[in-house]
Amino acid sequence: METPEQIRDRLLARFPGAEISVVANPAPAAQHSLLLGHAPAVEIARFLRDDPTLKLDQCSNVTGIDWPEKEIVETTKSTVPDPAGGPPKVVETKIKRIQPGYLEVVYHLYSIALGHGPVILRLRTGNRTDAVTVPSLTPVWRACEFQEREVFDLFGVVLTGHPDLRRILMWDAFKDFPMRRDYVAPDDYEWEPTPHGDVLEKAKRHYPVPPAAAPVAPAAQEAPKA
Amino acid sequence: MSANDFSPLAPQAGSHVREVHDPLHGELLEVSMGPHHPSTHGVFRMIVTLDGERVMKLKPVFGYLHRNHEKIAENTTYLGSMPYTDRLDYLCSMTNNWAYAIAVEKLSGQPVPERAEYVRVILAEITRLLNHTCLAGFLMQDCGCSGTPLMYAFREREKILDLFESLSGSRMMCNYQRFGGCRVDPSADWLDGARKLTDNYGRFLDEFETLLTGNEIIMARTQGVGALSPELAINAGVTGPMLRATGVNYDLRKVDAYGVYSRFDFRVPLGAHGDVYDRYMIRVLEMRESIKILQQALATIPAGPIMDPKAKLRGFRPKAGEAYGRIEGPKGEIGFYLVSDGSPNPYRYRVRPPSFVNLTVLEDMCLGQTIADAVIILGSVDIVLGEVDR
Repeated sequence: METPEQIRDRLLARFPGAEISVVANPAPAAQHSLLLGHAPAVEIARFLRDDPTLKLDQCSNVTGIDWPEKEIVETTKSTVPDPAGGPPKVVETKIKRIQPGYLEVVYHLYSIALGHGPVILRLRTGNRTDAVTVPSLTPVWRACEFQEREVFDLFGVVLTGHPDLRRILMWDAFKDFPMRRDYVAPDDYEWEPTPHGDVLEKAKRHYPVPPAAAPVAPAAQEAPKA
Repeated sequence: MSANDFSPLAPQAGSHVREVHDPLHGELLEVSMGPHHPSTHGVFRMIVTLDGERVMKLKPVFGYLHRNHEKIAENTTYLGSMPYTDRLDYLCSMTNNWAYAIAVEKLSGQPVPERAEYVRVILAEITRLLNHTCLAGFLMQDCGCSGTPLMYAFREREKILDLFESLSGSRMMCNYQRFGGCRVDPSADWLDGARKLTDNYGRFLDEFETLLTGNEIIMARTQGVGALSPELAINAGVTGPMLRATGVNYDLRKVDAYGVYSRFDFRVPLGAHGDVYDRYMIRVLEMRESIKILQQALATIPAGPIMDPKAKLRGFRPKAGEAYGRIEGPKGEIGFYLVSDGSPNPYRYRVRPPSFVNLTVLEDMCLGQTIADAVIILGSVDIVLGEVDR
């Protein structure tokens, strides 16, 4: 199979101006991946699927990764000559830099026809708050349909072009995205609005005093004991 | 749109949805099947829109068993997740363990001794026997053969669970594989027990098949039901016996040749129609091939260490990087995607669940079929809700 660099070069020749870069993977498995820009991502995916030398007809795995913003401290050392004539001093200057956070969607592609793989695609959102869209690849591979819904459900990535983007594992009224790194589970996790709560509200309107606390009717007091 | 695109909204070629023109006949009925329904194999719900008995629309609803397994795994060590992988599936804990171990070994470059590779193959194939036998029993139960096939299947399951218990201490939640080997070395007695099981299993399959395979009622009930085209199956990421029932020759034991599978002689059974009967038949034939693999592996298992002596389990910190490891589980491709940031816990831990992805095409297979057929189509997909919902 072609290396990710070769695939990138071929894609750049086919889609001039597209943002494609190789993300190196230092693990021994060396499964490097291709980071795609948003604009032609669906066309690139379709090209990868239909290209005769790649034929990546199976999208095996789709998942999200949350990368929150991170403070990176860079230390630079510089030597300053001592004005008193002694040996030059080594001065450390620390620069704090905030690396912006983003959400990432990862696709693992394999070829059933040719038996090779994986080719890994990555798509990144602009940030984690208001620019969380990524183009959906469900029109190219049906395999993404439920898995992209899961990425939307658990990470909050909005996949534009998905035909049926709803929550899949959490219930529809759920607000947060539980797979994000900064997610905090609520204390009353078990609570959810159920019909039971509505029934209680209605009952309150009917009985301003709860039935148990209401005074017992005299008739009931005088009833003979059976 | 290109010719190879499969939209989930439009009915696929091959599925035949009857159009209703008769004004007296146009009432559609929406039925919620599940989440507590005996045919859904767990807490799973299908919202089925019916025209008479015909399925016009089917939307699966998941998540009743969702416990955010992946988040739990991010908050524990690599080894700490191993027992959780058992809980994905009450039948295939050994293969789930192996898939996770393979992913971690890819992430850290951990070698595995040869004996452990053999033991893994033996256990994976016994798990395949276990899963396929039970699935065949459940499928027949869904078809309406109440009791007998399932009891026969469970009788064999007991023998396999006894083997698992004597090896790992647990019948279903085995927690047996480790990164770089296996937890305990199987004794000679255990291997003899496995040989005995393997030698007798063919006889059980003969008996099972005499009852079921040529059975006229079963053939009438399952043939031509829930057909799936190979093009859609590939595009929708369907894997395992369901993919091979459509005639696509794709078995990871052959394609990836992970472990020591390249040393064994076995064939990959393929279907022709992709219907429920083919899916049943593929599983029976795969069991026969598993017996062949087991006989070869049990005859040639080498002596040696079961764990790599340099393998690190506690305080295991792989270097930063990521890896995706997958194996051919009994239900399909089970994969684990791990991202490490150099800390003792995985930064990201993802399970690629085979039955969750296989359910993508459930609606496509059920459109135009009767509601009773939807039950056996779901039964033939072979789902386990612990893995679908994670």
